[in-house]
Amino acid sequence: MPAPDDNLLDVENLRVSFGTERGVAKVLDGVNLTIRRGEIMGLVGESGCGKTTLARAILGILPSNAQHEAGSIRFGGEDLLKMPRHRVDDQIRGRRITFIPQDPFASFNPLFRIGSQAREVMKWKSPRRPENSGRGLFGFFSRYPRARRKADEADAVEMMRTVQIPRADEAFDKLPHEFSGGQRQRLMIALALMPQPDLVIADEPTTALDVTIQAQILKLLKRLVKERGVSVLFTTHDLGTAYEICDRITVMYAGQEVEMAPVGDFFQRPSHPYTVRLLESLPKPGRELREIGGEIPGLIDPPAGCRFHPRCTHATDICRMERPATTSVSAAHALRCYHPVGATVLP
Amino acid sequence: MNTAIDVLRKLLRDPAAAVGLLIILLLVLIAIFAPLLATHPEAIWDMNPRQRLLPPSDMYVFGTDRMGADIYSRILFGARITMVIASVAVGAALLIGVPIGLISGWTQNWLGEALMRVSDIFLAVPQIVLAIAISQTLGPSIENVILALSVTYWPWFTRLVHAEVRSLKNETFIEAAIALGVPTWRIILLHVLPNVASPIIVRTSIGMGFTILTASALGFLGLGAPPPAPEWGRMIAESREFLPQAWWYALAPGLAIFLVVMGFNLLGDGLRDVLDPRIRRAGARR
Amino acid sequence: MREAPILKAAGLSRYFPVRNAFGIKTGAVRALDGVSFEVQPGETLGIVGESGCGKSTLGKALAGIHALSGGAIEFEGEQISQLSVRERRAVAPRLQYCHQDPGNSLDPRWTIRRSLEEPLIVHTRLKAAERVNRIRDLLRQVGLPQTHLDLYPHELSGGQQRRVGLARILALHPRLVVLDEPTSGLDMSVQATVLKLFSELREAFALTYLFISHDLSVVRMMCDRVAVMYLGRIVEISPTEDLFRAPQHPYTQSLLAAIPDIGGRRVTDTFALEGEPPDPARLPSGCRFRTRCPRAVAICAETDPALRPLLPNHAAACLLAG
Repeated sequence: MPAPDDNLLDVENLRVSFGTERGVAKVLDGVNLTIRRGEIMGLVGESGCGKTTLARAILGILPSNAQHEAGSIRFGGEDLLKMPRHRVDDQIRGRRITFIPQDPFASFNPLFRIGSQAREVMKWKSPRRPENSGRGLFGFFSRYPRARRKADEADAVEMMRTVQIPRADEAFDKLPHEFSGGQRQRLMIALALMPQPDLVIADEPTTALDVTIQAQILKLLKRLVKERGVSVLFTTHDLGTAYEICDRITVMYAGQEVEMAPVGDFFQRPSHPYTVRLLESLPKPGRELREIGGEIPGLIDPPAGCRFHPRCTHATDICRMERPATTSVSAAHALRCYHPVGATVLP
Repeated sequence: MNTAIDVLRKLLRDPAAAVGLLIILLLVLIAIFAPLLATHPEAIWDMNPRQRLLPPSDMYVFGTDRMGADIYSRILFGARITMVIASVAVGAALLIGVPIGLISGWTQNWLGEALMRVSDIFLAVPQIVLAIAISQTLGPSIENVILALSVTYWPWFTRLVHAEVRSLKNETFIEAAIALGVPTWRIILLHVLPNVASPIIVRTSIGMGFTILTASALGFLGLGAPPPAPEWGRMIAESREFLPQAWWYALAPGLAIFLVVMGFNLLGDGLRDVLDPRIRRAGARR
Repeated sequence: MREAPILKAAGLSRYFPVRNAFGIKTGAVRALDGVSFEVQPGETLGIVGESGCGKSTLGKALAGIHALSGGAIEFEGEQISQLSVRERRAVAPRLQYCHQDPGNSLDPRWTIRRSLEEPLIVHTRLKAAERVNRIRDLLRQVGLPQTHLDLYPHELSGGQQRRVGLARILALHPRLVVLDEPTSGLDMSVQATVLKLFSELREAFALTYLFISHDLSVVRMMCDRVAVMYLGRIVEISPTEDLFRAPQHPYTQSLLAAIPDIGGRRVTDTFALEGEPPDPARLPSGCRFRTRCPRAVAICAETDPALRPLLPNHAAACLLAG
């Protein structure tokens, strides 16, 4: 395992539940996740696995009915959950950790021009902004010095060019609806990189895009973050996309992380029964499609122990009682399972 | 789905709605059982000059009016008039407005547009002015009040239904029904109508309150049932010249109108909270 | 000797007028611009393309949900595109349309029983008892317990709702079913289950499928032939494996190059197609793909290529192919 101070982000034993009208949903059940500086970590899972909740927890934007029950989120050494609210809002979110949302059609305010939305980001989150320049009500009235504004705007236009928006200098005056979905995602990438963050959380950024546009966006994102040494938490439900862009992959199932491995190992030597069955259920010519019997469990009354056990052909009593601890398959390949599979699925 | 009993149960959990329901139930019971509940059932029409304008007492719970009749009993019988006017007017508006709304919402052509413009015209007519015009021409009576009210209220239902049908038409299950070859009339009656029933019910309840208020205003102006019918609005009008000494004369009918209208509004709001689209698809996404 | 095709589409078009602020027509979006193809009985024809290519419009036009601006559809030898509404309804039992999420096609206020009975009530003269038998059979065939009959859709899981929706479509024993994005938005494991279900039903009911999807790996697995659409036209049509092994049209080649291949080359390293599809209301002159085509030459701007056969059974709409 990597040395602790190489880790930019270290989520340890995070337990989050949501209060709903039908009961308490145990959405994250003691999740561990690490991201090193400069790496792209893929967070893969199906519905209800908790990847979006985890992303929101890191950003500090969990809904009001969320209850943080245990665990820590260490970012650059400090626990975000113990940090005062205003510091998270002001210095972390949108500045050191930025976000690229999934739906390009809903992420911009349709009434304001791109330029004004970009300016808004830079006014508060530009790397040039001094750390303690007024918050809350004082912040509302704080000045935006001209020199800094000009420099920020130049940076913004440069960033638009970098993400290959045609006629970047005119883009500032356009409204969001004048851009296509792919272009809007490029703009979101630009907005996410302008504050020069340490970590970008990309929540399924290409799910809503066509496959040819997806290829362009993935290519762009990968190049830009590698150039800048920015870490990325890339959530997706599509293993193909994870293969394309990620250095390491963490798989989640029903609120529990089950396997974490570098991308090569992940696809060639998957060890967790869920991962193996997942890879087998992908359509591939010449190979018969295998289903995983059963359904993803609800989170209000989830199975005890390892939540995959009702659908797992290797499950034994201990799987039903206690969740496995993290074990190592190899130096960088970690697992939470009592009965790992030694399969080679892909050539 | 939401059976009537479920709805009732949920409704009763909301204190405001429960109060509203209670008031309405009382109103209905009073209207039905007025002769039994009134202290002076025979006397509401009588002229009893020696008993006129007496303050509330053991014998006359709300006092007497200028004719010497017991105000309490008159209020009770007035409830009948109120209920009749409100139910028939809103009922007629429903029967006219809903089908028109269904047709105009469903058809995407000139007919739909034309119907909406017609409803706009009726919507632009002020109820009271129309009522005055009708009674001038046809004479003051309850029937004419009902006519004026229903003729000006039906567009509210039409607009509501039109909007709902328009949006429902894009729902997947409607499209699927079309694809299955289900005839249009069946789709409208069996799929669309049940799905717009909730907003219609809410609007009906609120409409009752609104209508009673307007009917009272019309009664106040002297349109509507001629004296000595115990119509609440008229009673307030009569009380004017005796204020502020005979304060009970205006208070009783005023309070009655206020409570009834509030009751319908509370009920309507409560119904809206209960019936509202949590029924709309709960589709789980990741 | 080949059987007659069960479905013949000839020159299908659907135009949406584009109007300016005064309501005057300034152009048209050609959602479908002359689509022609045939479907053999029992085969599964895939229709692929990205957003705006017209595949959904095609599906809905075939199912009679959308009207056509032009062209003709022949189904089982009968011209169905010019029929009156009532006549078209009579075709519905044989030509069915399955929404992306068939569970959503159920009226949320109706019990499963009522929803399943509806097609039978509308189209057949079966008596109540016979209808119940049919319905029970259907539930069995889609793998649902009989107890579900008296439940409401929201009381079932998403997967079960989907099965009910499918059962309803199959209640009238259609010959051809248009499947519109059947695996879109599904989790990977659920996708496998759904595809298996479609295969089984195809066997059990001897169905012909028109499989509309943007997911090429799924299409490769399920379809006998594939048609690739771009901006309202079919640009290539061929047997599945031929398409994947030797795509002829530059757009198909780009499309295939964009698909991640786990274990193989990385798209992010190799992908070359730039730009975005042009504004559908203002298509470029000549070939509509030429603005992005890596092989475009002068004549591409002059002539709009028609779909021409290059190999047996394999046609492409490109002036330079073959």
